[in-house]
Amino acid sequence: MDLQILLLLGQDGVTNGAIYALLALALVLVFAVTRVIFIPQGEFVAYGALTLAALQAGKVPGTVWLLLALGTTVALLDGVRLLREGRFRKLPPLLIFNVGIPLLCAGGLFVVPPTQLPLWAQVAVSMLLVVPLGPMIYRVAYQPLASASVLVLLIVSVAVHLALIGLGLLFFGAEGSRTPAFTEISFELAGAPLQGQTILVIVASALLIIGLYFFFERTLYGKALRATAMNRTGARLMGIPPALAGQLCFTLAAAIGAFSGILIAPITTIYYDSGFLIGLKGFVGAIIGGLASYPVAALGAALVGLLESYSSFYASAFKEVIVFTLIIPVLLWRSLTTKHVEEEE
Amino acid sequence: MFKKLTLAVLAALSTAALADINVGVSVSATGPAASLGIPEKNTIALLPTTIAGQKVNYIVLDDATDPTAATKNIRKLIGENKVDVMIGSTTTPNSLAMMDVAVDSETPLISMAGSAIVVEPMDAKRQWVFKTAQNDAHMATAIVQHMTDRKVQTVAFIGFADAYGEGWYKEFARIAEARKLKIVASERYQRNDTSVTGQILKIMAAKPDAVLIGGAGTPAALPQKTLKEKGYKGLIYQTHGVANNDFLRVGGKDVEGAFLPVGPMVVAAQLPADNPVKKSGLEYVTRYEAAHGKGSVSSFGGHAWDAGVLLQAAIPQALKKGQPGTKEFRKALRDALESTKDLPAAHGIFNMTPNDHQGFDQRARVMVTIENGNWKLVK
Repeated sequence: MDLQILLLLGQDGVTNGAIYALLALALVLVFAVTRVIFIPQGEFVAYGALTLAALQAGKVPGTVWLLLALGTTVALLDGVRLLREGRFRKLPPLLIFNVGIPLLCAGGLFVVPPTQLPLWAQVAVSMLLVVPLGPMIYRVAYQPLASASVLVLLIVSVAVHLALIGLGLLFFGAEGSRTPAFTEISFELAGAPLQGQTILVIVASALLIIGLYFFFERTLYGKALRATAMNRTGARLMGIPPALAGQLCFTLAAAIGAFSGILIAPITTIYYDSGFLIGLKGFVGAIIGGLASYPVAALGAALVGLLESYSSFYASAFKEVIVFTLIIPVLLWRSLTTKHVEEEE
Repeated sequence: MFKKLTLAVLAALSTAALADINVGVSVSATGPAASLGIPEKNTIALLPTTIAGQKVNYIVLDDATDPTAATKNIRKLIGENKVDVMIGSTTTPNSLAMMDVAVDSETPLISMAGSAIVVEPMDAKRQWVFKTAQNDAHMATAIVQHMTDRKVQTVAFIGFADAYGEGWYKEFARIAEARKLKIVASERYQRNDTSVTGQILKIMAAKPDAVLIGGAGTPAALPQKTLKEKGYKGLIYQTHGVANNDFLRVGGKDVEGAFLPVGPMVVAAQLPADNPVKKSGLEYVTRYEAAHGKGSVSSFGGHAWDAGVLLQAAIPQALKKGQPGTKEFRKALRDALESTKDLPAAHGIFNMTPNDHQGFDQRARVMVTIENGNWKLVK
């Protein structure tokens, strides 16, 4: 192995690691705020990428129908409650968010053929179609069980994951898709070719991570999320509704997922079930961070990316084994060094 | 009186139902092999519903690419639907799982899986099993032949880290060794891997004259894309597992110039007029595209069609010996399938023998290359 191969592998590892890091952050965020181990995180990656690919192929992506169906369900659930409690003034915003906007999106897709839109608009439409699924899934699947044990929430996650995979196959078909590259530029770095797309992934991930930092440090909503993560009861006493916190963090998680998917769609072929494995590697990163520490989770995810890249060179048949075995020493170390705190019941 | 009449009508109806031929089908229409199973399922719908004046019912179940579900399906079809013959399944593990149940109930089973172990080595069990897809060995010989014709001396392999990749590697290594081809690198990757840079760099460091990618469907595009990206200049070979249009769509200009062996129906229109498979291949392509749109046909559906072709030839003979729904009919059907001779199908010419339940020869494959986003026959 020479320096060039070393560099190329490192570059590959960092690119994948950047995506895993984003997902790891989303997983830590969701777990900290809602105690949900968010297995369907990866599905948002696949949904984001495949929705964009469907738009570029001139098809109406199936996510539109899911959005409409989920939106209507949420509107019905909440609408009935609001009517019973006589809070009529809250009805219009509820309807606009959950039914109006999806309808507008669906209508827009039929009026303006998506292939004619510029790339940035296609990306925006894909995000608009996929991101609202996050809070809607939270409302339908998790909110009624918000105070259940971590195990129950995990079981719900598995169910949501399986449902989304099945719907993904229905919407996008069994075969994968790839979107055209955002940029065709390529550089030479120490004799190794460097694709513009790779830089884009790393820069965009870094920007997103910085953005998240400022969101949590400087904005009221970010602080509310952090407060909920630290102490749910305390935050509630201070007037932060847990449902709002839950929906907000699911929105963020869905946005991060869909955005990661759109970023990697030009580099690799995405299938309806690709997301799970990508999410799982982000999860390994999140575990390294103990599902609590953002910087350690991001670093752990980057480590997963690098490890994956180098092990694919040395022992390609055992790549996944090596990556997932990483979790055992980490768990050992964590269980030896941290005092065990009994799960609240 | 009325009661008696009803009973008589019912009895008449039930005998009529008994006389129908029931064909059980289990395909992998969901799960990892869905891209193979879906065209197969679509093809079953195109098969004739009357053969030799008898009504034929096709009962199609999905096994989700899961051997357990495949076993459950065949038990249900045999136990509840009293099928006379089974078609299925899409993948090798599923077909092997179904084999035991088929043998216990003495029901002929026509598999669409690729691997030769479904019908080889011939034993008491496999007597009941037939297979319409070309054996991997058929295809591997074509690749090795093409390589030696082009003076390739060293070759690298990258394939799926599962039964498909391993099977291909074994088959290819055996034939390559016999033909004095040197395998200089052998790498594996996962179907849904997002990057194969490491494996490709290792392959390129070994400087092979040609690379064989042992993958199926769209995931096989990634290694070729990475090879191009890293500046590999040698020949690139794919397996017949990629012969569908989704592969061309996903691969785009990155997969141009790849060589692969396919069943002749994939390029049926380009075959010379004297090719014996041209007519039967074109028939399937026309029928499928009429139902599902131009360019929708894939080679996998062809295997399901060929199962239908076998049945259309065998059922008239079996009907002479027994009534559908009886043990005698199933036995006669098995014997008729085994004695299939010179039967043109979409993928080749069937010549079954007691020892060969696949029945294809060299006419069942041609080499093609990818040119301007289309399959082009290599002369």
